[in-house]
Amino acid sequence: MADLSELLALGIADARDGLRARRFTARELTSAYLAAMDEARALNLYITETPERALADADLADARLQAGHAEAMTGMPIALKDLFCTEGVRTTAASRILGDFMPPYESTVSGKLRAAGAVLLGKANQDEFAMGSSNITSAFGPSINPWRVTGAGVGEALTPGGSSGGSAAAVAAGAAIAATGTDTGGSIRQPAAYCGVVGLKPTYGRCSRWGVIAFASSLDQPGPIARSVEDAAIMLGAMAGHDPKDSTSAAQPVPDFEAALQGGVKGMCVGVPKDYRVDPMPPDVEAAWARGVEMAKAAGAEIVEVSLPMTKPALPTYYIVALAEASANLARYDGVRYGARQEGADLAEMYAATRAEGFGAEVRRRILIGTYVLSAGYYDAYYKKAQRVRALIAQDFSTAFQSVDVLLTPTAPGPAFGLNEKTEDPVAMYLNDVFTVPASLAGLPAMSVPIGLTASGLPLGLQVIGRPFDEASVLRLGRAIEDAAGFDRSPRLLAGGV
Amino acid sequence: MSLDRDTVARIAGLARIRVDADELDGLAGELNAILNWVEALNAVPTDGVEPMIAVGATRAPFRDDVVTEGDQADAVLKNAPDPVPPFFTVPKVIE
Repeated sequence: MADLSELLALGIADARDGLRARRFTARELTSAYLAAMDEARALNLYITETPERALADADLADARLQAGHAEAMTGMPIALKDLFCTEGVRTTAASRILGDFMPPYESTVSGKLRAAGAVLLGKANQDEFAMGSSNITSAFGPSINPWRVTGAGVGEALTPGGSSGGSAAAVAAGAAIAATGTDTGGSIRQPAAYCGVVGLKPTYGRCSRWGVIAFASSLDQPGPIARSVEDAAIMLGAMAGHDPKDSTSAAQPVPDFEAALQGGVKGMCVGVPKDYRVDPMPPDVEAAWARGVEMAKAAGAEIVEVSLPMTKPALPTYYIVALAEASANLARYDGVRYGARQEGADLAEMYAATRAEGFGAEVRRRILIGTYVLSAGYYDAYYKKAQRVRALIAQDFSTAFQSVDVLLTPTAPGPAFGLNEKTEDPVAMYLNDVFTVPASLAGLPAMSVPIGLTASGLPLGLQVIGRPFDEASVLRLGRAIEDAAGFDRSPRLLAGGV
Repeated sequence: MSLDRDTVARIAGLARIRVDADELDGLAGELNAILNWVEALNAVPTDGVEPMIAVGATRAPFRDDVVTEGDQADAVLKNAPDPVPPFFTVPKVIE
């Protein structure tokens, strides 16, 4: 048996090989992660830990390995974002209103991972109903980024990003080998960038949304968060596939993403959109982007500057579309069929009290905006207008993809910020998503891959965007950048002293 | 467009969220900041552009209209507040 730190250093690909060669058992691997979760407890990574379930899953995986019918994810100790319904395991969406919710069914994606033999370590923290870019809207308190500014004191905790912040921080802290996330406007990619890990939002329709608690149904998409591009490719293969239970799930064959990585990027045409800028553009972000472009070129890709003129209106478009859909989706939390109920003198008061007490401030704010833009007299001015601009944004990408194979951009306009920053001004918080929402609106696959550290020692990510269902090209360019960047993903300061 | 207290109260009513009177001004300010920011969309010409309502297939798939998972009243009621099996309960609505 290998020692703890050796086991925890293995990604999915290496752990799979070790398990198959019987160098260690799934139970040993899982036990190492359960110990790592204890170590990292101060980071508040999990809303619900499931150690007993994890060991039982590990024993099943060992039996499978012994019998010789293991799959790639068999025995892999993972975290599931707490937006994935898990049969018999509390699922909260990080909201008080679902604080005691015990799903009687399993989401398709978590069910596929379970069927593949993955081990459930627990349900990862997140922003409430996936609404946030910092984890501060979680009703269970925010997760904390394992990274710190060089020389910072222990009190200066940073956000892991959001909404899949617990998932990304757990992978970065070594408290899960990989994790699921969901991405509506950047909720996989932005926290992956902030935590120095890989996060892939697949094409809309690639992974089933069935059993994933809904935020904005035309945008939501599950995907993997992992330590490496290779691990993300392996995990995506286990999560993807058509599901008749989700009418927007695509009847597309699932390629062997891991094999696709071998293709390299020689001759690949990489578009660099000049419109992906904020004013002022942080020099660290600018430099990281330029380095990524050079890495792609050195690996044999052809670089072409492209224009996506609808980039700037994408953010307000996203907030109208997403909040309108959210207000409709969250109408179901009424205190009648499930969830916490507050008493009221009559039915209307019961609804209003239940929703006022059950939702946090940001969720309430978003429901109110969504209700307003859908209300009589404003529907055309806001919602329809946003849907028209959304069509233009999607058109922008189609035009660009006539001349390039993938696009390379920064993932976010800066590194992780302090947990107490940007809390007063919702619009300032929304600006974190400026580079991630356009691909969401167009339903395109997009991945964040770590490129390096800022001068103050925090990770930055670059985003690769691809054509619909061409995750393979996204993974290949991501892999080329990963190879060239040689990013050291170990956070300098872990849980100690937080 | 600018929201006043009364409009915020009306929207909160539509959204079935109780908002106390002393919260209305603060919320109006927050919501106006967001709405003023999204006004930028008005500068984008969209005449003749069809609204995009979904990604990918524009026609919903059909399935046979049959029961696939029936008779699960217990599971359905499992998370209900104050159920009286096999019913959900709500405050009295008919006198």
